[in-house]
Formats: sequence, structure tokens, C-alpha cells
Amino acid sequence: MEKNVALIALFAALIAALGLIPKITLGFGVPITAQSLGVMLCGTVLGSKRGGLAVLLFLLLVAMGLPLLSGGRGGLGLFVSPSAGFLIGWPVAAFATGWIVEHWRGAPLALVAGLASMIGGIIVMYAFGIIGLSIALEKTLTEATALVAAFIPADVLKAALAGMLTAALAKARPASVLSRAGTIKAL
Amino acid sequence: MISLTSPVKTKAHDWPAAAKLAGLCVMTMILFFIEDLALQAVFFCCVLVLYALPGSRFLRAGLGPLKLLWPFIVIVAIWHLWTNEIALGAIVILRLVSAVALANLMTMTTRLSDMIDVVRSLTRPLNQLGLKPNVLELAIALVIRLTPVLVQKGTHLSDAWRARSRRKAGWRIILPFTVVALDDADHVAEALRARGGFDPLEST
Repeated sequence: MEKNVALIALFAALIAALGLIPKITLGFGVPITAQSLGVMLCGTVLGSKRGGLAVLLFLLLVAMGLPLLSGGRGGLGLFVSPSAGFLIGWPVAAFATGWIVEHWRGAPLALVAGLASMIGGIIVMYAFGIIGLSIALEKTLTEATALVAAFIPADVLKAALAGMLTAALAKARPASVLSRAGTIKAL
Repeated sequence: MISLTSPVKTKAHDWPAAAKLAGLCVMTMILFFIEDLALQAVFFCCVLVLYALPGSRFLRAGLGPLKLLWPFIVIVAIWHLWTNEIALGAIVILRLVSAVALANLMTMTTRLSDMIDVVRSLTRPLNQLGLKPNVLELAIALVIRLTPVLVQKGTHLSDAWRARSRRKAGWRIILPFTVVALDDADHVAEALRARGGFDPLEST
């Protein structure tokens, strides 16, 4: 229990800290940062439940008004802004990513984690983001997709990175990649 | 670190946070149902007045976080000038700015401690599902405490990188950074257990 809470809190703090790494900006609007890489890592390292909870905890603090999102953004305003869908999709993305890594055990971890990050961190997250954008800007889903399509290549890159990082983490701290560690006993 | 709250104390600081949050939800709902340009404009002016009432310092601090909307405003404006649906475009932009500005107002006038109280009462139903309230509060406190610690450790890592390379560290430091976080989690968990873990917390 204590271990789980500590991991969830530390990874929520990790997402916040990753926001300080200089932005990779490809366009304008929905910002591209290492924070979404942090979301993917929450899923691939902590697994579905803990990963989703870590992202949820992070968003709770953002909603409470702490400037933890990249660029020092925070507060309730973000949750009604056009990019709110992406934020709401974050915990689901981490959960989906973690779920895939937990259940697909046949292939090398780097590959599985990378593909899981693509499915969770891109398909699931963009589904939420595009719906949010289409509601806020009164555009059709196709039009909203066109507006964010420019950001997808950067996220593909981040998903590949997440896969590599997860495999490297499994070597550095084998016991800590919980999505693959089986059942955690007596924590 | 906490820079999103208002630099000046307003009357709204003393209003109960839960009431403000409920009011915000209702107003945002109403905002999304107004399809009339004139009404949207009136709503927008009311929001502006709310920002102007506490004085110019409050106004300036409040308008800062709204800058993130510029790209969307530009996109929507260009889009609707192109499709020639100017009234619809104006409604979308006004609604966008009003909604974010209203929510931002709540963030500016509510202290973190009041927000935590609201979170505590909102998550009370989850207690039946097994979420212990003190665990959530401890987790919130841990993140607030550990974020600056991790930021500092990350800065050390990137300094160490810069001392050895001319190139920027970029994503390469994410791996050691994550290892640091995992190790810190081990230490924090041990420290929590050494202090009796969560069970004694519950009985107090």
C-alpha cells in the first residue's frame, strides 16, 4: 500500500517535472512537451491501475490550481479550454497503455511498450482530444482531426522513446517495471 | 511555486469554495447553451467586469493565463472568415474565452487549502469503494513536496550532462531521471512504513 501510494505520487511529480524540459514545438495550439511522454511512461512502467491513478492525481493537482502543466499552466480554466479533451484523455491513455503492456507478454518489452504507447498515448488520447476540440470549437470530428494531425508525428516519436526507455528501465531496475513484474506481493 | 492565485485578496476569497465550484458548473453549462451572439457578448462583458472589479493588478494577473487561448482564437477566426460564417465564429470565440476566464476566476480566488477541502468532500463517496481519505490527502501532499525535489534532481542531471557535452541533454536524461523517481519512491515508501504506514493514520 505505502509502496503503491509512493509510486503514484512520485510519477505524478515526474510528469510535472518533465514539463520543465524545454518544449519540442512543432506548431501552435496544443503544446507538445515531454509531459505526454511522462503519461506514456506511467502506463508502461506502473501498469494500468497505478499508471492511470498517477495521471489522475497529477490532473487533480492541476485542477486545484497548481501550475504543474508545461509552461506553468494550471487551474480549472484548462478543463474547459479547447485542449481539455487531451487532458481528460490522459488518465485513460495511461490506463490503456498499461493494460496492453500487462496483457501482451509474448514480444520484447521495448516493442510492446512502444506499440502500447502508440495505442494508448496516441489513438486513445487523440480520440478524447479531438472530441473535446470539436465540441469547444464547433467543428466536425474530421475538421478537428485535421487541426491536430500535425502533432501526431511528434507523439509517434515519443511513443517509440517510451518503448526504449521502458526496456532500459527494466534493465536498470527490473523490479520496478511493475507492468511486467507480475503480481506485487506484500507491499 | 503557487502563482495562479490572485495577487490581491478579494471578497470572493471568503465565499465557500464548494458554492463557487457549483456556480461555475452552472454558468459554464448555460454558456454552452447560448446560441445567440448578443447574449454571448453580454455574458463576455459581465465576465470582463468581474475581472475589472478587484482592480488593475487583479485584471493583469487574471489575463495572463488566458494568453494560451490566442492560437485557438486565431484558428477559429481565420476558419470562419474563410467559410464566411462570421456570427458563428464570434459565438465560438466569445464562448471559449468566457468559459476559460470564468474557470480561471475560480482558481484565482480560491486558496489551495479550500480546494483540498472541496476535493475531500467530493471524494467522500469513494470512501465506500475503499479509498481512504487520508491516503488521498497524503498523496496530494507528497506530490506538492516531491515535485520541487524532482525538478532539482532533474536540474542536477542536466547540469551533469552539460558539464560533459556541448549538445543539449533533451530526452536522454529522462532515463536516469525516471530511475531517480523510482528509487525515491522506494525511499518514500520505506519512510512511510517506518512511521507506521497508513493503518495507524486511520485510527487517529
